[in-house]
Amino acid sequence: MWADMAVVGVKLAFVLAVMLTTVPIMVWVERRGSALIQDRLGPNRVGPFGLLQPVIDVVKLLTKENLRPEGVQTFFYLLAPAIAIAISLSTFIAVPFAQDSGLEVFGQPVNGFIVAPNLNIGILYIFAIASLAVYSVFLAGWSSDNKFSLYGGIRASAQAISYELAMTIAVVGVLMSAGSLHLQQIVDAQTGTWLGSLPGWNFFSQPIGAIIFIVAVFAETHRLPFDLPEADAELVAGYHTEYSSMGFAAFYMSEYLHMIVGASLITVFFFGGWNLPWIDIPFDGWAGALLSMSVFSAKVAFFLWFFVWVRWTLPRLRYDQLMALGWKVMIPLAILNFLWVGVGMALGYF
Amino acid sequence: MVTYVFLAAAALAVIFAILTVVPRNPMTNVLSLVVLFFAMAAIFAILGMDFLAAIQVIVYSGATLVLFLFVIMLLNIRKVEPFGSGRRWQAFIGTLVTAGIGAMILVIAGLLLPEHGAVLPGVAEVGTAIPIGRALLSTHLFAFEFITLLLVAAIVGAVYLGSRDDNDSG
Amino acid sequence: MTPAEMVPVPYTWVLALSAVLFAIGAVGVLLRRNGIAIFLSLEIMLNSANLAFAAFAYRFAAGHATAAAALDGQIFVFFIIAVAAAEAAVGLALFIVLHRLKDSIDVDRANILRW
Repeated sequence: MWADMAVVGVKLAFVLAVMLTTVPIMVWVERRGSALIQDRLGPNRVGPFGLLQPVIDVVKLLTKENLRPEGVQTFFYLLAPAIAIAISLSTFIAVPFAQDSGLEVFGQPVNGFIVAPNLNIGILYIFAIASLAVYSVFLAGWSSDNKFSLYGGIRASAQAISYELAMTIAVVGVLMSAGSLHLQQIVDAQTGTWLGSLPGWNFFSQPIGAIIFIVAVFAETHRLPFDLPEADAELVAGYHTEYSSMGFAAFYMSEYLHMIVGASLITVFFFGGWNLPWIDIPFDGWAGALLSMSVFSAKVAFFLWFFVWVRWTLPRLRYDQLMALGWKVMIPLAILNFLWVGVGMALGYF
Repeated sequence: MVTYVFLAAAALAVIFAILTVVPRNPMTNVLSLVVLFFAMAAIFAILGMDFLAAIQVIVYSGATLVLFLFVIMLLNIRKVEPFGSGRRWQAFIGTLVTAGIGAMILVIAGLLLPEHGAVLPGVAEVGTAIPIGRALLSTHLFAFEFITLLLVAAIVGAVYLGSRDDNDSG
Repeated sequence: MTPAEMVPVPYTWVLALSAVLFAIGAVGVLLRRNGIAIFLSLEIMLNSANLAFAAFAYRFAAGHATAAAALDGQIFVFFIIAVAAAEAAVGLALFIVLHRLKDSIDVDRANILRW
């Protein structure tokens, strides 16, 4: 039993290390990427190509004065950023990031590159934890004694719960075609080809579902074009107005962690996880594991770049447009996707 | 080992149930209830009911309690009332009766039920999504569809009650 | 969860927890005057009922003749969760209407039908 727990501990440490290291890289990508799109230079003074800029940012945030305004309810004020980070880190334990290559660590089989291999309710677990992300936003808005924060908190929570529905219905299509809630089996169901010529990924067999899920992930992670909760220039800084130094750093970090989890989920559900387009991973053991891990990382990296790209390209949606889109367009389309998959399965195409 | 996890989850459940009932700040009450639901989901998972544990967190913590928080925010409930004041005799007798019922159930659970110390296999084979889904759509189909109708009725009712028609007197 | 592994928790402990939670919830319903707090205590009571169903589903899962009870118990819990959600929605909407009329959240103030 202890060897079992040691294996899980190693996998968990690896996942946490990778996620927490990707956050500063994302900060750099965001700033240089936005500069590229806006035809300017971006940070280029600290280190070559400004690569040490995130380090300097962290130093700056840590040395700022940790201000707490007078009317805040202290316990909830401090709890909100903690929940935000804990939620985004907890979601990743159900996501497979490499092929199950029959490796052994400490004499114990590594049961697939997923931190919780026996979690049969993978998708439900992810949605359960993701639905708790509303609390961090809500508590931040409520406990800061500030009207703008409250508005930001209300808008963010309403947006999050509205797009959760469309996201869940879009994933039900994937669940139906894979026949299991376990993410490892969802990835395994996307190998090979579909209809003879397209890759077996769910993006090609359920395009509407894929687009709905991608849009819903944008809305859940509060990224533009859905970032009215944090709308700089509209609501000061929305729900994290009253946070400074470490609290703000925690929210900033949690936004990038949510983006990483969102990009991983898009990859796993609709873009074949760690599968190559038409062929299967031909190796086993360490070579296969490394190849599949790099394919997965490449796809996640592409989607993280896609998040940054869309942010600096599209204008922001107004709040009523946002809610109308979520309820009147996305949910009917998601149900249409559900019907599409159902009919497809009945006719034998899936 | 699993016994200790269960005892910890049970202790958390009781502590946070008390924290839901006694403190007078509505935000504290709602958040304690979130933790209580988590503890309950943990207990369901220990007994082998994975699907139910996930549904408990998704529906209760993720949706119903968010609804409570929205109402607290909408009505801006910050001031709180004193605990148990104004109805002294009712409170006293009510608490006695409740404590009596609780003690009775405890005694029954502890002594009178058969095999009260037995250790049993969990329901893990029928606790995942597939058996429950199959049963919902075959044996219990009527109840399942009826619950759908009930939820639609609840949505329509809640939307109508919550909408403010400025022409009438409310 | 590996199937057919013995769970070292007697079902009576789960029932005892359910009894304690029920008592705490009932005390809350009786003693609080804030409508939201009454709803929350009601949710605790519903959850204790769920736990009792789960305890019996767990107890009867092992016996061959009573194995269907395991599935039925879980489905009943599922339905209780759905009904509790619907009830919370409508109850809170009623509560909002009450607040609009009385401008207070104290249920002791809702003692005359019209004013």
